[in-house]
Amino acid sequence: MMPLNQDFVGRRFVSPVPFQVGREHIRQFARAVGDDNPLHHDVEAARAAGYADLVAPPTFLATATPGALGLPTDDPALGLDYALIVHGEQRFTLRRPVVAGDELVTTSTLTGIRTAGRNEVLVTTYQYETTSGEEVAVGTCTLVSRGTAAPRDIPAGEGTR
Amino acid sequence: MTATVGYDCVEVGTELPERLFPLRRADLIRYAGASGDFNPIHWNERVATDAGLPGVIAHGMLTMATAARLVTDWIGDPGAVEEFGVKFSSPVVVPDDDEGATVSVRGVVEKKLDGNRVVVNLTTRCGGEKVLMAARATVRLG
Repeated sequence: MMPLNQDFVGRRFVSPVPFQVGREHIRQFARAVGDDNPLHHDVEAARAAGYADLVAPPTFLATATPGALGLPTDDPALGLDYALIVHGEQRFTLRRPVVAGDELVTTSTLTGIRTAGRNEVLVTTYQYETTSGEEVAVGTCTLVSRGTAAPRDIPAGEGTR
Repeated sequence: MTATVGYDCVEVGTELPERLFPLRRADLIRYAGASGDFNPIHWNERVATDAGLPGVIAHGMLTMATAARLVTDWIGDPGAVEEFGVKFSSPVVVPDDDEGATVSVRGVVEKKLDGNRVVVNLTTRCGGEKVLMAARATVRLG
């Protein structure tokens, strides 16, 4: 297994087309996480609560990330094996809730690839803006590429969990 | 809308009682479809074990969304979540049977902030293991 390509650190990836937040997608996502809150399903309830349209669950933004994780996972030059990837950390900071009708442009930046034992840790930050330039949210995602670190520099006894 | 829980009714130490959430293989497939995350380690035993995992594991984002429900169901308003962050400390292994895995989530108010906001610290476990660490949500109360 080859280590990941450090040349990708610092690269930014902007979603090529805006992500259209749809009512049915919000409903489908809410059902998938078992959430029957009417604000995710009933437009009248959402409007009565003061929202423009159906409210997306707080982690829905993960779906607005273009492609796979906002990273060029299929670019052989990065050297990422999807099956070896597990999630390390995730954070969202929402300026306001995402609602149906939003058109979001996501900018993801691979801010670092560091070695942790035999694993490599990729840190990506996300900025979610509407097409009119309103910042809706920011996010951070840490992914663990299991066992892909270069074999040198591994202290005895340290390894994959 | 404003949260149905009032800021003045909450103290540091106020508890959100534990709830149990079952996760079965079908839930993982449903989440894959809704989220667009089709990583085969979340539905294919062969790929998961070849990758060195104990078996098919739940999407971290599904575990995170499940933990969020404790908070959003408590306050009633999913739009009142301002910040939510977690570390994934242990995978949720979902066996291919009728029971699947059971994720337990409980919470406690850890801090009261200005602007009627509070920080809720969530403890999320599966099979005795803590599956999330440093799981905190900042929410606006009524």
